[in-house]
Formats: sequence, structure tokens, C-alpha cells
Amino acid sequence: MNASLHHRHSTEGTDEGPLDLAAAFRDSHVAEVLEELERDLVGLVPVKSRIRDIAALLLIDKLRRNMGLCAGAPSLHMSFTGNPGTGKTTVALRMAQILHRLGYVRKGHLTAVTRDDLVGQYIGHTAPKTREVLKRAMGGVLFIDEAYYLYRPENERDYGQEAIEILLQVMENQRDDLVVILAGYKNRMDTFFRSNPGMSSRIAHHIDFPDYSVEELVAIAHLMLEQMQYRLGPEADSVFREYIERRKVRPHFANARSVRNALDRARLRQASRLLGHSAQGVVSRENLLTLEVADIRASRVFADPPDPGTASGGSPA
Amino acid sequence: MRVTQGAFSFLPDLTDEQIRSQVEYCLGNGWAVAIEYTDDPHPRNSYWEMFGVPMFDIRDAAGVLTELQACRHTFPDHYIKINAFDSTHGRESLRLSFMVNRPANEPGFWLERQELAGRAVRYTTHAYATNHPEGERY
Repeated sequence: MNASLHHRHSTEGTDEGPLDLAAAFRDSHVAEVLEELERDLVGLVPVKSRIRDIAALLLIDKLRRNMGLCAGAPSLHMSFTGNPGTGKTTVALRMAQILHRLGYVRKGHLTAVTRDDLVGQYIGHTAPKTREVLKRAMGGVLFIDEAYYLYRPENERDYGQEAIEILLQVMENQRDDLVVILAGYKNRMDTFFRSNPGMSSRIAHHIDFPDYSVEELVAIAHLMLEQMQYRLGPEADSVFREYIERRKVRPHFANARSVRNALDRARLRQASRLLGHSAQGVVSRENLLTLEVADIRASRVFADPPDPGTASGGSPA
Repeated sequence: MRVTQGAFSFLPDLTDEQIRSQVEYCLGNGWAVAIEYTDDPHPRNSYWEMFGVPMFDIRDAAGVLTELQACRHTFPDHYIKINAFDSTHGRESLRLSFMVNRPANEPGFWLERQELAGRAVRYTTHAYATNHPEGERY
């Protein structure tokens, strides 16, 4: 920080001593959340660096305020865009923790809602419903999944507009009571923001979640297996990689969510394989732990021709 | 005449900051907070109207304060109180109740003495405000 600048803006009577930035960072315990983020979330490099930037800004803002420098309540509302299964909800959860540690939200809980939770069914139903949700989210983060469904231009009497207006009002007037995160597909969110400029201008941080590469999806699978206390048997590893490559080009691929589903189905097959083969009546710990090639090979993805799109007629997402 | 009912009612009126702290305390204990209002100040009137629904899943006092502002906006000249309900098994009752709004002018009560046989006296309290129908009292 420039010293002369510092003196020009500071008011008299405040502490002028230098601050230990490292100590402040340590005390905020943000580093732990960021480390966890790094450890638990594979890939997502642009997202992580953006969150690091935001955390740094918030910390510096806090220090500035302690020094008596101007630090207006920063606008923290965000929009997370990306394909399904790219970790938007998980990151939102971590974001709530970071904001809580830095003292920008008081409680740090995440309230995840969709259109159904905000918009009512008849006249006069929407406002109380939206307010109820907002009240519940106060002190934490309100996460609105697939936020673009709130705005339905084809129906001019849609109650979604009413919910948006109440939301905007609270986002503006009660900025220190809650942080709103909107999430959804990139292109549809862009349309949503174009038709709701008020919403767009109140959101300071637009973060785009990229799709995972095959390498990253395999790494995610290993992380998930570790958490579920399973492991891939010999050769199953390369088969699973092939599975992901095939699954990735098929329609309705949902990144990490598809990986989780694939693993869940492999567990199902492993269970019935073990039951079916237990004529001798014993299974070893090793058997219970391991997912074999057969468990993965049995997937529909391998049965169908590798040519994408022909199987279900849909185009790959 | 200043109506005293519930906790803190002999103290000066609580500021919003003090109300917030009290509500934080209630939420911290896991009690459900609700807002009630009335314009009948009689001490035996224990049936106040509830404003909205009890707030069972609120995490932060800001939600309750927002609701309280809405209630004050609708009923600026009513008595408003905040109740904290403890749903723990075996308790299932109010743990704290305090007034957060009162009319600017509280005319007080008329005390009626009825002479009975043998110099006995029967007392009746009657709030001046209730001479008017509900909604037009303050």
C-alpha cells in the first residue's frame, strides 16, 4: 500500500501502525477453507482463483475498515454459471463458509431454493412465499438454482417477476443481512441478465464453471471412491477411464454427477456379483472393497455402439 | 397509563438493537420466535393475534426484525410482542415474551366499584380504548 495515499485518506485518531497481513489472514481462518477447496475440488482453476481474489479483497476491506479507511459494504451477490455437475452448489457452500469466517454473513448457512420455493401459484401468494424464504436465508447465503426460471417472458402475467422484484429490493437494502448466489446454465443465465438489467447490475461477481476434462473426472472418481471406501481393481482403472470417455460424448452428461451415478451403479453390480458368487459363503475384505472390471463393463454405455447420438436420438450436450 | 406485560416492561422501551440481541438469544437456544399484536390492552386478554406464522426455521435475528418492521408498518398503533416458544419435550411452552411496540397514547383503565350486600365490593377494570370497536382504538 502506498504510504502517502494511506495518510491522505485516513482520519485522525486511528491506529497508524503497520498491520501484519499474514497474521490477519491466519486469524480469519480463511486459509483453511481455501485449502479445503483446493484439496476437495478437482480442477476448476478459474473458479478457485476468483474465489481467492474475492477472499483477498474482503480481507483487505476488513483491514481497511479497522484502519478507519473508507470501506463501503461490498456487493457480494454472485452468479455461478456452468453445466450441470460442475460443482456450483459445492462451491456455494464453501463460499458461505468463507464469507462467514470473514464476517460478511453472520451465520454462514446456505439456503438452496428453486423457482418453486419462491413463486406462488395464485395472486398474492408469491410475495409472502418469497419473503418467507428470504427470512430463512438471512444471516447466510441464498442459493437460487436455475434462477432463469424466475423470468418467463412468454407469460406476461407470470408471478416470477414479482419474486424478482422482492429479491432485488432485499439484495439492495439488506446487503449485510444476506448474500444471493444465482446459478444456472451459462447461455440461459445470460438471457436472464439481459432481460433483467436490474439484477445484472446488482451482481458483482460472475463466475463461470468450466466442464471437467477426462483426467479431472477420473480424479473426481478416485476422490469419491476414497470417501465411500471403495477402490478400483486392477485394470478397472483404465476401463473406468474408457467409460468416462464414452459417457462424456453421450447426451445428458452431467460431469461429476454422472461420475457419481456411474459409481453408484457399479456398486450395485458389485453387490449382486458378490451375492451371486457367494456359493462358498465367504467374502474377503478385499472383495468388499474392490470394484472389478465386470462391474463397470456391464454398463449400457459399453453395450451401445460408441457412435454418440444414435442411441437415444438426442444431441450431446 | 403505561401497560406493563411480559418481560422488560418496566424498563424503557427496547431499541431495535436490544430487540435484535434478545431475539439472537432466543434463536441461540433453539426457540421458535413469533410475533403477536392486539389493540385490547386488558391484562386478562391472553389471546393476541399472530402476525404471520411462527418462525421455526429462522437462523438469524434479521429475519425476525424484518417481520417486525412489516408488523409495525401494518399496525403502527397496536401493542406488539415477541414470543419465544420452546418445543423441547416436557417444556413445550413459552420461554420469553416481551413487548416491542405500543400505542403513542395509552389512555389507561376505568375502575368500576360495584357495591354489594354487606359492604362487599366487586371490582371491574375496563380499558378506555375498548369503548371503540376493534381497529379504531388507538
